[in-house]
Amino acid sequence: MLGLLARRGASSSCFFRRKSRFFSSGILPDGVDRASEAFSRNSEIMAGLLSQLQSRISNVMEGGGAAAVERNKSRNKLLPRDRINHILDPGSSFLELSQLAGYELYKEPLQSGGVVTGIGAVHGKLCMFVANDPTVKGGTYYPITVKKHLRAQEIAARCRLPCLYLVDSGGAFLPMQAEVFPDRDNFGRIFYNQAIMSSEGIPQIALVLGSCTAGGAYIPAMADESVMVKGNGTIFLAGPPLVKAATGEEISAEDLGGAVVHCKTSGVADYFAQDELHALSIGRNIIKNLHMAANHRMENGRHNASDYKEPLYDIEELRSIAPTDLKQSFDIRSIIARTVDGSEFDEFKKLYGTTLVTGFAKIHGTPVGIIGNNGVLFNESALKGAHFIELCTQRNIPLVFLQNITGFMVGSKSEAGGIAKAGAKMVMAVSCAKVPKITIIVGGSFGAGNYAMCGRAYSPDFMFFWPNARISVMGGVQAAGVLTQVERSNKKKRGIQWTNEEEENFKAKVVEAYEKEGNAYYSTARLWDDGIIDPADTRRILGLCLSACNNRAPECTKFGVFRM
Amino acid sequence: MSLLAAIIRRKFNRSSNHFVIPARLYSTRSVKNVKIEKILIANRGEIACRIMRTAKRLGIRTVAVYSDADKHSLHVKSADEAIHIGPAAARLSYLKADSIIDAARRTGAQAIHPGYGFLSESSAFAQLCEDEGFTFIGPPASAIRDMGDKSASKRIMGAAGVPLVPGYHGEQQDIELMKSEAEKIGYPILIKPTHGGGGKGMRIVTNPTEFVDSFLGAQREAAASFGVNTILLEKYITKPRHIEVQVFGDKHGNVVHLNERDCSVQRRHQKIIEEAPAPNIMRDFRSELGEAAVSAAKAVGYFNAGTVEFIVDTITGKFYFMEMNTRLQVEHPVTEMIVGQDLVEWQIRIANGEHLPMSQSEVPLLGHAFEARIYAENVPKGFLPATGVLHHYRPVTESSTVRVETGVKEGDDVSMHYDPMIAKLVVWAENRAAALVKLRDCLFKFQVAGLPTNIDFILKLANHEAFKNGDVETHFIENFRDDLFVDPNHMKLAKEAYDAAKTSAILVAACFCEKEHVSIRKSPPGGLSIWYSNPPFRVHHRATRTFELEWENDIFDKDSEILTLSIIYQHNGKYLIKTGDSSCPAQEIRVEHLGNDDFRTEVDGACINISLGAYFKDQNEHIHIWHGSHHHHFRRKIHRVLLDDDTTQWKPISGLVSHERGAVVAPMAGLVVKVLVENGMRVEEGQPILVLEAMKMEHIVKSQTAGLVSGLQVNVGQQVSDGFVLFSVKFSILYDLMSAVSR
Repeated sequence: MLGLLARRGASSSCFFRRKSRFFSSGILPDGVDRASEAFSRNSEIMAGLLSQLQSRISNVMEGGGAAAVERNKSRNKLLPRDRINHILDPGSSFLELSQLAGYELYKEPLQSGGVVTGIGAVHGKLCMFVANDPTVKGGTYYPITVKKHLRAQEIAARCRLPCLYLVDSGGAFLPMQAEVFPDRDNFGRIFYNQAIMSSEGIPQIALVLGSCTAGGAYIPAMADESVMVKGNGTIFLAGPPLVKAATGEEISAEDLGGAVVHCKTSGVADYFAQDELHALSIGRNIIKNLHMAANHRMENGRHNASDYKEPLYDIEELRSIAPTDLKQSFDIRSIIARTVDGSEFDEFKKLYGTTLVTGFAKIHGTPVGIIGNNGVLFNESALKGAHFIELCTQRNIPLVFLQNITGFMVGSKSEAGGIAKAGAKMVMAVSCAKVPKITIIVGGSFGAGNYAMCGRAYSPDFMFFWPNARISVMGGVQAAGVLTQVERSNKKKRGIQWTNEEEENFKAKVVEAYEKEGNAYYSTARLWDDGIIDPADTRRILGLCLSACNNRAPECTKFGVFRM
Repeated sequence: MSLLAAIIRRKFNRSSNHFVIPARLYSTRSVKNVKIEKILIANRGEIACRIMRTAKRLGIRTVAVYSDADKHSLHVKSADEAIHIGPAAARLSYLKADSIIDAARRTGAQAIHPGYGFLSESSAFAQLCEDEGFTFIGPPASAIRDMGDKSASKRIMGAAGVPLVPGYHGEQQDIELMKSEAEKIGYPILIKPTHGGGGKGMRIVTNPTEFVDSFLGAQREAAASFGVNTILLEKYITKPRHIEVQVFGDKHGNVVHLNERDCSVQRRHQKIIEEAPAPNIMRDFRSELGEAAVSAAKAVGYFNAGTVEFIVDTITGKFYFMEMNTRLQVEHPVTEMIVGQDLVEWQIRIANGEHLPMSQSEVPLLGHAFEARIYAENVPKGFLPATGVLHHYRPVTESSTVRVETGVKEGDDVSMHYDPMIAKLVVWAENRAAALVKLRDCLFKFQVAGLPTNIDFILKLANHEAFKNGDVETHFIENFRDDLFVDPNHMKLAKEAYDAAKTSAILVAACFCEKEHVSIRKSPPGGLSIWYSNPPFRVHHRATRTFELEWENDIFDKDSEILTLSIIYQHNGKYLIKTGDSSCPAQEIRVEHLGNDDFRTEVDGACINISLGAYFKDQNEHIHIWHGSHHHHFRRKIHRVLLDDDTTQWKPISGLVSHERGAVVAPMAGLVVKVLVENGMRVEEGQPILVLEAMKMEHIVKSQTAGLVSGLQVNVGQQVSDGFVLFSVKFSILYDLMSAVSR
């Protein structure tokens, strides 16, 4: 890792002008040299990454293939995103999460993991949508489907967002039942979450737009209010074939568990909808009538200022700033300048621990504390980070982490200086901070730096990857180096001679595996994040996430024991 | 010319204006010493407002009277005082003479202006006013009586040397005698009630077989409308023009005429567009007409405003006296425009006993004026009167040369109780061609939504070559039917109309999204401004939405068509709109909201102005669009929460009601006055089934197919609403078989 750092230091052919121009009152300078080679190379590579991303997104937007989509249409059913569009306030935004969940995860494609999730406004109230895609494997729950559903519920619970479940699912995907059914964070957790959220006064609304079989039957049954569509909507613990096998009774799906049965007789559903559009409009109406103002903990949309300045510099230049070669060094402030209101950033401890940039700014009018990496974390940088996090928790200011971190400084000097202790302080601060936390991986996310900079394990409220980002415990080359040394000594013990060629092969395999597994798509397919985003959308998405986070009441942070 | 313009401007800027009255001694006994200081207007609607405007300018206070239906009407608001006189039905309010006299007494009005219609031509009322000590602002009761009886008036006119149409005006009303008189005059024959006017009860008979039915119908309608069922017969002139002369007399025996008006273009025997002077007539002819009119007025000792109507045979060039209207007429503004005078002011001064303000030689004739009557009516359904709410009402801006006489405002109800006229649009210019250009421009800009109107139809009429040439006659609409009504089966025109509607639909969708965005930006729901940005944010794709607009085809009387538009919000704030029709490429539109319902759009560098009018009715959102010379009406389907959750009866959300085949619905709200068949009777196609009376006119409801009448459940005297299923005609094979066997 030292070697890497050395190289990074050497490759200071960076495109950032080091101007000493003085900018008053925290307005960040432009900081970008558009004529540099790095700028144009980054633009080019990023354009390729974005077009690749766009084509992968376009693919999942089409659902489970033309035939399935046509079949869906013939049943007078809409696709999940169209269903959501009909419920959302007209002309309003939708923050879709993890569009590429399940990407190349299983043998068969599972577009968007078979479920569409996201946040949008209905009658001026932010809601979490969870919509099964019946065109993707009949809307059945694969392990990643469950994970995505649970992640949506987790965000809803954290941000206190009413949940709208647009149910159209065949239930658990039986061939993978062992990974879907038994564990804590498996299928059953969905209903557990519904129960807990309901108990906390977070409305749980189910619209049964298709089948709702077996375990799935509990989604509407556990909901506070549920709507069923005549004809298409069915709810039963066991479908007609199983009933016939079990009891010999022959009955149609509609008679067994249709909307008439459940709205008139069983009481499993509350609202009878004549058709899908009717059901969606009832869904809108239910949200209209929630009367959230009565619940002091759910003051939807607090702090939402509409009067703010746009950044001074072109946001789209983020596509050219994003480091496509992680060995490149660049000033994180150029990203901050294109993310915050008026490019105004009041830096905290600017001269101390300079590899970590901390400071206050506003995004779409919401005050935030920004923590960004400008190199490896040293003792001072870690202490500065911990200090800044404490400040923000005291003042209930949300934290935004801009991650581009190779890790904490290693080596004898560093160890002796207590880098582990300093790092632990920052990890402690990040873990315990109860303010909203949003993490954007703009470059590399390696090693313990990932922890200190609020990686997935530290429960950021939202976490996104830029397409160029990479994540792994360490760099592929470093890992290969470490593993080769271990392997060589093992072989030596057993008296085996390793040829140079064999060693190189071994190294290449490790590098290849790290290359594959550290990719943003590998991450997003497994829901290690909430989605890959276009760098140019960063400011907007941060704004939407902060607005969603504003929904919850401030909490008091209590830190654990800081090792002094 | 500039002098006239100055006069008109002064008049219609409603600034004070005083005639120079020659100093005279008013010693005649008909002249009262007390001048009128307060007028009660025994009318409603635009004419009441019109009279009040002049009265106010003269410093005269005004009293309105109103029925239950008019509590919130404009004429009530415009008056200094208002008195409630009874229920909505005119015979219990505006036709109730004693209530009106009582109102005048209560408010201390000295004079009563009857307007037009209602009691304006009741000699009894005029007499009553004078007997009760009120000045009746109109002609003497005796003149009303003489001219009100068509047979009597013709006798007097004949004696005075005014030319008359050949006809039978006898008191003997025996049907056989009438029939033989008709033979003598020669068909075609016009059957007319001796009392009343406005075309009510009139029938044209082209051959003797139709005579009896038409005669009886005319009698019945006359009895219902005027209480007298005497009928006269006249030669029917096949290519006639309707030209009338405005006359004015004072109480000193002076009569002048203020030139003529041409009111030839009519539908349902009612005027639709009037102009002054009459086009394509010689100066000598005008003088002859004028002199004849003055003679007619003098023959009955006329004073105040009156109109002598003539029928001009365009083939022979002869003119005949038709009748005299003893009141201020609807179309009086066109005369005002060409003589630069305020006729209501003349009426008041003459009622005050003053002399005519002008001698015949001083009456000017400058420029040309048109009046278009804007009615709530259903043009494709044969100009049937329509009722409804004026959800959107934006008449054109008035100026010294453009007048809008209206008695309604946005939100008002055009009820079935009274005349469905919404406004009169009056324009003036230096010559006919220029006035016509102005008229068309004003009609394009005249925005009414909420009920069907005849605006688009008048536009077509005003745009017709024959009309432009002044080749007007009373059968104008019939003669040019093919040009004025689009044949729904005409593929090319239908396609053009459809394409125009599609273009409008695209503009509607774009403007609608923009307006929605602007209003959301003002007050974002829940204060969540970031969630309501334009364009709406989506992760890695563009927000789209679908608009379903049902084109209310006002041109063809046929079912509406649904246009499905998909709107894609572009990053640059434009809207990319696709129609799903491959022949119509997607269009990218930029919209600028100019305020209220006005927009400016840009498509491919071409900018146009657009106005929208939107309102809710019958669970539908209705959207009207006006741009350039286009006006379209769409319904937007809204999926609302239904209250009725009955699973057995699925009711359509759109509000479109489809009736069973063969069902006949009431074409308009009205009163059933006659039921001609019974359930189970066999009827032929086109056979009259029942007679509805609405807007004081009879409408015969006919069977649309041959078959058996069923489900007939209306009775004489029953009030039915628009769209009410009256009966259905069922085709019965069994019946046909049975009748074949019995034969």
